[in-house]
Amino acid sequence: MTRYVLRRAVEMLATLLVASFLVFVVTEFSPGNVARKTLGAFALQEQVDLLYQKLHLNDPLLVRYVRWVGVLTGVEADPLQDPALGLGFKDPRGDRYFGNFGYSTLYKAPVNDVLWDRLGNTALLAGLAFAVIVPLSLVLGVLAGMRAGSALDRAVSTLSIIMTSIPEFALGVLLVAVFVVAFGILPGTSPLDAHSGWSIASQLVLPVAVLAIYDSGYVARMVRASMTEVMAKPYVRTAVLKGLPRRQVILRHALRNAMIAPFTVILLQINWLIGGVVVTELVFAYPGFGRMLLDASLFGDVSLIEAATLIALFVATATQLLSDIGYRLLDPQARG
Amino acid sequence: MPLLSIRDLRVEYRTSRGTVAAIPEFSLDIEAGESFGLVGESGCGKSTLILAIMGYMGRNGAITRGQILFEGQDLVRAGAEELRRIRGGRIAIVYQEPATALNPSMTIGAQLVEVPLAHGMSSMVEARRQAAHVLADVHLPDPDSVMRRYPHQLSGGQKQRVVIAMALLANPALLLLDEPTTGLDVTVEATVLDLLNELRAKYGTALFYISHNLGVIAQVCERIGVMYAGKLVEDAPAAGLFRTPRHPYTRGLLASLPRSGADKRGAPLLPIPGVVPAAGRAPASCGFLSRCGHAAAGVCDAAVVPLLLAGPGHLVRCARWADLPEMAAPSPVARADAVAATDEIVMEAHDLTRVYPVGRRQLLANDRLTLAARRGHVLAIVGESGSGKSTFAKVLAGLDTATGGSLSVLGKEVAARPARRRAAALVAAVQMVFQNPDGTLNPSHPVGWPLARALHKFGIARDRRAAEARVSALLDMVRLPVSLRHALPRQLSGGQKQRIAIARAFAGNPELLIADEPVSALDVSVQAAVINLLLRIQEEHRTTLVFISHDLGLVRYLADEVVVMYLGQVMEAGPVSALFEPPYHPYTEALLSAAPVPDPQIRTTRIRLEGEIPSPLNVPPGCRFATRCPRKFGRICDDTPPPLREAAAGHLIHCHIPIEELRRVPPVFATTGPAPAG
Repeated sequence: MTRYVLRRAVEMLATLLVASFLVFVVTEFSPGNVARKTLGAFALQEQVDLLYQKLHLNDPLLVRYVRWVGVLTGVEADPLQDPALGLGFKDPRGDRYFGNFGYSTLYKAPVNDVLWDRLGNTALLAGLAFAVIVPLSLVLGVLAGMRAGSALDRAVSTLSIIMTSIPEFALGVLLVAVFVVAFGILPGTSPLDAHSGWSIASQLVLPVAVLAIYDSGYVARMVRASMTEVMAKPYVRTAVLKGLPRRQVILRHALRNAMIAPFTVILLQINWLIGGVVVTELVFAYPGFGRMLLDASLFGDVSLIEAATLIALFVATATQLLSDIGYRLLDPQARG
Repeated sequence: MPLLSIRDLRVEYRTSRGTVAAIPEFSLDIEAGESFGLVGESGCGKSTLILAIMGYMGRNGAITRGQILFEGQDLVRAGAEELRRIRGGRIAIVYQEPATALNPSMTIGAQLVEVPLAHGMSSMVEARRQAAHVLADVHLPDPDSVMRRYPHQLSGGQKQRVVIAMALLANPALLLLDEPTTGLDVTVEATVLDLLNELRAKYGTALFYISHNLGVIAQVCERIGVMYAGKLVEDAPAAGLFRTPRHPYTRGLLASLPRSGADKRGAPLLPIPGVVPAAGRAPASCGFLSRCGHAAAGVCDAAVVPLLLAGPGHLVRCARWADLPEMAAPSPVARADAVAATDEIVMEAHDLTRVYPVGRRQLLANDRLTLAARRGHVLAIVGESGSGKSTFAKVLAGLDTATGGSLSVLGKEVAARPARRRAAALVAAVQMVFQNPDGTLNPSHPVGWPLARALHKFGIARDRRAAEARVSALLDMVRLPVSLRHALPRQLSGGQKQRIAIARAFAGNPELLIADEPVSALDVSVQAAVINLLLRIQEEHRTTLVFISHDLGLVRYLADEVVVMYLGQVMEAGPVSALFEPPYHPYTEALLSAAPVPDPQIRTTRIRLEGEIPSPLNVPPGCRFATRCPRKFGRICDDTPPPLREAAAGHLIHCHIPIEELRRVPPVFATTGPAPAG
C-alpha cells in the first residue's frame, strides 16, 4: 500500500508539471499582449514595447516557461519587480522565494497576498457545505436504495430530483426572499465582514444552504442507485438467509459495497466546491476563490490566473489520489 | 411427522401483464435425514420453490395458498423473527454461484462467524473456533489462513466449500442446494458431491437438492422428484426412476442424454419437441400435454391429472402411465470407427505454443501442442478450465496468435496470422460457435442481420435478392422458421439463438468449425436437438468439427478423436473408442471417474484429484500432471518430462508409466445391474 501511494504521488507530481505547462501556454497565448495587460490601457506604446523587451516576451515559448518555473520555485527573480521598470511592484517577501506566483495587476498586490485569503474563504464555505452534503446525501440515498420501489424510495427520489433541478441562482434568490426579505433573520449578502452588523456565522448560512441543497440531491441519487444495485446482489440474499437481522444486513453487508461506486463522485464534489461555485459566490457577494478567478480572467491578470488554475489543478489531482487510495481501502479486490 | 411438508403450495408473481402462478399447486414431504433431488429444466419453478421455502421472494412474489410445515411450524405464516431464527439456523442454503454468494469486501472468517453469532452464540472466540472446525470438515487446508482471506483470493471450488461450511455452521436440519456444482469443473464437482455425501453421513442433515443435471442428482440423492411447469410429475426412489421412468417427461429427459456406450452412429439423441411453457401458461390438466407424444384426447385433457401410484414409493402424474410401453434400454451398438484414418488432414498443429507475458513472468497457455484433425471428423478437446483449450481455439480461429510452433489449416501456415491478416476465403473456411449465445448476438439487430452480413463479408451473395434467398436457406438448414429472421435476439430462446450462431458459422461454407462448449448453457432437451442438428449439418457438409467440451458423456457420443489437455499440453490423444477404455492416462482416468453418470447402475471406479490445477505461471518442471497425479510413482515424474508412448495405432499417452501397466488399470465404467452398457 505504501508503495502504491508513493507511486501515485509521483504520478501526481508529473501530472501537475505537464498541466502547469499547458496552463502557461493557454494563458500566455490568450488574446492581448502580456506587457499591455500589465501596464493597462492608458500606457504609451513605447512603454509597452520597452516592457516587452525587458520581459523577453519574444523568446521561444519553452524558454519563457522555464523562466516562469524558475520564478515560481525561487531560482530566478521576478522581472516585474525590477525597480528599473518603474512599475512600483513590490513584494515584502522579496523578489526571489519559493512559491512566488508573481504580481497581480488587477489587485496591484503580490498574488500571494490575494490568493490565500480568497482560497481560505472558499475552503470555509466548501468545508461547511461538504460537511452537510455527505451525511445528508448518504442518509437519503441509503434509505431510498434499501427498499427499491417503496414509498420512502419514491419520496426521496422525487425530492432529490427537485433539489438538483433548481439552479443555484434561483435557489439563492428564493432563500433570500424567504429568510432575508420576509423574515429578516439572515443577511442577504455575505462579504465576511464582521462589522456589517451580522455575525460571520449568520453570513455563511445561506451560501452553505444553497450549495448543500443543490448538490445533495445529485449525490443522493448516486448513492441510491448504488445501494439499490447492491441490495439485489446474491451476497445480500446470503446475508438475509443466514438469519442476520435486517440492521446487520444493511450496515455490515450492503453499506460498504454500496459506498465503493459513489465514493469517487463524492470526492469530485470537492473540486466543484473549490472552483465551480462562482454563481453562489456572486449571488451572495462572497469573497471567494471562484469569483476571484472570474475577475482575473475578465481583467486579463495573467499571474493570478496561472496561480489560481494551478491551485485548482492541485486540488483536483489531490482528490483523485485520495479517491484512488480510498477505493483500494474499500474494495479488497482492487488491492489484488 | 416429516421434517418438511409442503402442502398445496401456490406461488404467484405480479408482472406487468398480470399475475402469473409460477407454482400452481405443489405438495412434497421430506423426512429427516433424507436426500431428495428435484430435477427439471430451467423455468420449471425449482428455484422459486427453494426461495419460497426460505420466505424470500422479492417484492413481486407471494405465496397465495398452502402451507410449508417445517418441524411442525408453518413457515408461510411465521413472523419475521421466527423466520430469521429458522433461516441459517434450522434451514440453510447453498447457492449456484459461490463467487457471487460471498460478500467481496468481507473476509471469509467475518462472514462465517456471523452464522453462530446470529443463532444464539455470544462468544466471538467460540464462534471463530467453530468456523475453523467446519472449514476443516469441508476439507479446506489451513482454515485459519482461509478465514483471513477475501473471497476473490480463493478458487471457485474453495468458495463453494466455504459456502457449504457457512450453511453447515449452525448444524441445520435441512440443507437446500440450488445447483451447487453448476459452473465448477467436473473434477471439482466430483469432490464437492463426495463432500456432500460425507457430511450428510456425519451430520445427518436432510438434503433437498435441485439441479437440471440428472447425473449429479444420481450421485447424491436416494429419492428423486421431477418437476415440470411448477408441478411434481414423478417422485420415486433413485434406482426406480432410472430403471423404470414412468412419466413421458422423465423419459424425454433421459432420452436426451447420451446413454453410456451409445454413439452418434447408433441411437440418435431424442430431444423433447417444443419448449417449456412460460410460467402460468401450461395446460391445467397436464402441463406436458402439448409436448407429449403419448397424449390422448379425452384422457389427458379431460381433468386435472393427480399423482398416481405406479409402484412402491413411485408416484407419477400421468393419466396414461399404465398404457405406455416400458422404456427400452439402449441397445449396445458395435462401435465402428466409420471414418477412415486415411482422410485428408485439414488442420495440424506442431509444437504450437502461446505464452503471455505477465509482468516478468510467463503464462504458458499452450505449450508445444501437437495434434491434427482430418476432414469430416469430429475432434473433441477435453480438460479442466485452465488447460488451454480455449486459447488453442482462439489461435485456430485467428482471434489470437501463437508465439511459437506451427499451425497449418488447409495447407496454409496460420500460427502467427490473425484473422484480419488471413485471406477472406480462409476466414470463411474456419468459423467458430461460442458458448454463450446471448453474448454473441447484437441485441439491437434482428437475427437475420448477422447472417446477411456474414454472406456479404465473404462475398457469397452479391445482391440483396441472393442474400435473402441464402439467409432463408440457412434458417431452413438449422430448422428455424424463415419468419424468425426479423425477430430480435431477446425474442428467441437459448436453443434458437444457438441455432442462429450455427447458421452464421455455416454462412461461408466452412471446412473447419470450432465449437467451444456450444451446448453447455442449454437445457438438456434443447442440448440434444442442437447436437443432432450440428452433427447432421457437419456430416452433410463433411465439415471438420473441433468440439471443445467438459461433458465427457457428450464427447464419447459424438467425437471421432479425442485430445485430453492439461496445463497447456496434450496428455493423451486417440480415437474415441480407445480413449474410454484402459490404458488411460491417469488424468483421463481421473476425468472419467469424475464425470457424473445419469444411471446409478453404472458404478464408476473412483479416483479423485486433490487440489486445483496449478497456475500456468508456475508449471511443474517434469510431468505437468505430477503435482496431482494419483499414480505418481517417483521423483522422475517431478523432474523429467514424460515420454510419448503409443498404446495402439494413433493412441498416444504422455506418461512415465509403461503402457502394459496402464492396461492393467480396471475400467472406470462397469455395469453392476442387468442393463447392458458399453
